[in-house]
Amino acid sequence: MTGTVNPAAMQCPVPLEASDRVQLGHGSGGKLSAQLVACHFLPHFGNAALLQLGDASIVRVGGGELAISTDSFVVQPIEFPGGNIGSLAVHGTLNDVAMMGARPLCLTAAFILEEGLSLAVLDRVIGEMARAARDAGVPIVAGDTKVVERGKADGLYINTTGVGVVDPGFRPEPTRAVPGDVILVSGPIARHGMAIMAAREGLSFESAITSDSAALPPLVDALRQADVGVHVLRDPTRGGVASALNEIAVSSAVGVEIDEAALPVPGDVRAACEMLGLDPLYVANEGVLLAFVPEAQAARALSAMRTHPLGADAVRIGRVVAGHPRFVALRTALGGTRIVDLLPGDQLPRIC
Amino acid sequence: MKYLSEYRDADIARTLIARIKARATRAWTLMEVCGGQTHTIVRQGLDELLVGAVELIHGPGCPVCVTPLEQIDKALAIAARPEVIFTSFGDMLRVPGSDCDLQQVRARGADVRVVYSPLDALGLAQRHPDKEVVFFAVGFETTAPANAMAVFRARQLGVKNFSVLVSHVTVPPAITAILAAPDNRVQGFLAAGHVCAVMGWTEYEPIAEKYKVPIIITGFEPVDILEGIAMAVNQLEECRHVVENQYVRSVRRLGTKPARLLVDQVFELVDRPWRGIGQIPMSGLKLRHDFSAYDAELRFGVSDIKVTEPVECRAGDVLTGRLKPPQCPAFGVRCTPERPLGAPMVSTEGACSAYYSLARYRTAAPEEAAK
Repeated sequence: MTGTVNPAAMQCPVPLEASDRVQLGHGSGGKLSAQLVACHFLPHFGNAALLQLGDASIVRVGGGELAISTDSFVVQPIEFPGGNIGSLAVHGTLNDVAMMGARPLCLTAAFILEEGLSLAVLDRVIGEMARAARDAGVPIVAGDTKVVERGKADGLYINTTGVGVVDPGFRPEPTRAVPGDVILVSGPIARHGMAIMAAREGLSFESAITSDSAALPPLVDALRQADVGVHVLRDPTRGGVASALNEIAVSSAVGVEIDEAALPVPGDVRAACEMLGLDPLYVANEGVLLAFVPEAQAARALSAMRTHPLGADAVRIGRVVAGHPRFVALRTALGGTRIVDLLPGDQLPRIC
Repeated sequence: MKYLSEYRDADIARTLIARIKARATRAWTLMEVCGGQTHTIVRQGLDELLVGAVELIHGPGCPVCVTPLEQIDKALAIAARPEVIFTSFGDMLRVPGSDCDLQQVRARGADVRVVYSPLDALGLAQRHPDKEVVFFAVGFETTAPANAMAVFRARQLGVKNFSVLVSHVTVPPAITAILAAPDNRVQGFLAAGHVCAVMGWTEYEPIAEKYKVPIIITGFEPVDILEGIAMAVNQLEECRHVVENQYVRSVRRLGTKPARLLVDQVFELVDRPWRGIGQIPMSGLKLRHDFSAYDAELRFGVSDIKVTEPVECRAGDVLTGRLKPPQCPAFGVRCTPERPLGAPMVSTEGACSAYYSLARYRTAAPEEAAK
């Protein structure tokens, strides 16, 4: 990690896009997002820390290492069942730091507020944000506010940056998956994305689906304390479980095989997905982690996670194989196989 | 989940697969007409489980795939107008027109929104009286009643700033066109359950009789589709060719009368080009004269947009089962899911897109592909 990188020598691995404008799909976590980063950002910003392309970057400081991650939150609606943009901004960044095995130390927060935003809404957002940080035991140590004219922002946007201390004895990385690893998921999937979608204008379901937004560091601590040799940790946010598994399969150059019947999709989430023609595998999570662990330690890892409320429903969903490197295959309930690819852009509801 | 979980039961499905394989004395070629059925088949890997007994050809029943380039270009022209809020079902947004798609038009400043029902688009028109709200009315007979209802309600409520760009198509003429082709390979059809829930199946009876093919009205869950295939294979083995209804929990012979009447009141049959296939006589729906005030083509003067389909895209041959996607010279070279030439490469269950992922996977795992 000490080598120097010449950004000018970097090759854009994907063909230049057909469009000359930013599209919403560039923010979807799929192929377009990867292309935006690879072709527009990395050639200019590329350096050893950034090029790790993990959830957080590892930076050497004195004798130790810090994990640093930053994330912006633009969710609409601002308040949704299970949280609001403030708690989400804390959870999302803490989780990215925790996925490197690091212990979160502190957070910063920057707010872009739209002229006309209700102060009562702002107070609720800040209140939830403070509560989330307090519950996680991580202080918000620096902040900034900017106000833009009405119409120039959608209520409010929040950026948070998190810093954590890396534990040299517990270093999961996206490149460390090996054949024989078992893939565990800490809880029910696709809740956050469907809660947001259901809360948006025009969609109502009989029961409110609540977001799973939660801080994952305690769950990571549980794995650490159980002395599980975790190879990879990932919180499958934007792009869902499918995109996270694809990224890991590519980073580690291994094949991933998941079992459809084992995927924990709650009944109401599944029903909402079917109604809208969406695949829960591509729907965002904000309080779930994927852990790749050696088969021999899988049972220990599961019982460690199940001791925590966030991991009570942890299950095994698949394994790493030597065949089909860089591909995620899904074994269907009927015994067929299908490939779970990255989506080109946003998941679009189907007509039929 | 009554009426759902039992149609996904893995044990029942495996029993049906074994029964189909035992019954088939040769590999029969069937076409599932509807994109929803293709979706289940691809997602569950049913085609792979039936190798040797049944070859499934993914038919032209994906409304996204068959909407002609011309209609997409009209949509793009209308959506780009500053006074317009253009509304559409989600998966039309990525379908390439002549030089861009609806997502790119939106990135350039157009107001393009995804709706889940045409009535939501009508509601949008009521909330934005200063805007022109246009709904892209695509689909088969399944979506026709709801789209007809939106136009009907707009007139009833006197909503003047609402119109529809109609690109409706109907199934029976497409089946006839496929069967009438001299090099047709399809020996039996799974007809689309939802289409028949609206229209019934009387239109299919003369087709089964004339072309001597079994036509099975089939649902969308794995067990539905396997049952439909088993019924088709049974008929083929017994040299029978009639219309049979697998989807008994939803479909009656005469369909749903109020829906049919509404469609008939608002729309009339018209010749319509299908993307990649060409003109099929009396295969489309257009607004009747009484409702022409709601016709977006007339309102925005785009009727004269005429486009020739790119010759490089052989979607028509793929959709009619004459060509396997990898046999197309553009496949994977000039045409990929990121840069599709034609619609079957756009939708994840489009035949070309499905083959594209599979081909890449098989390159990565030759030993698995061989088994």
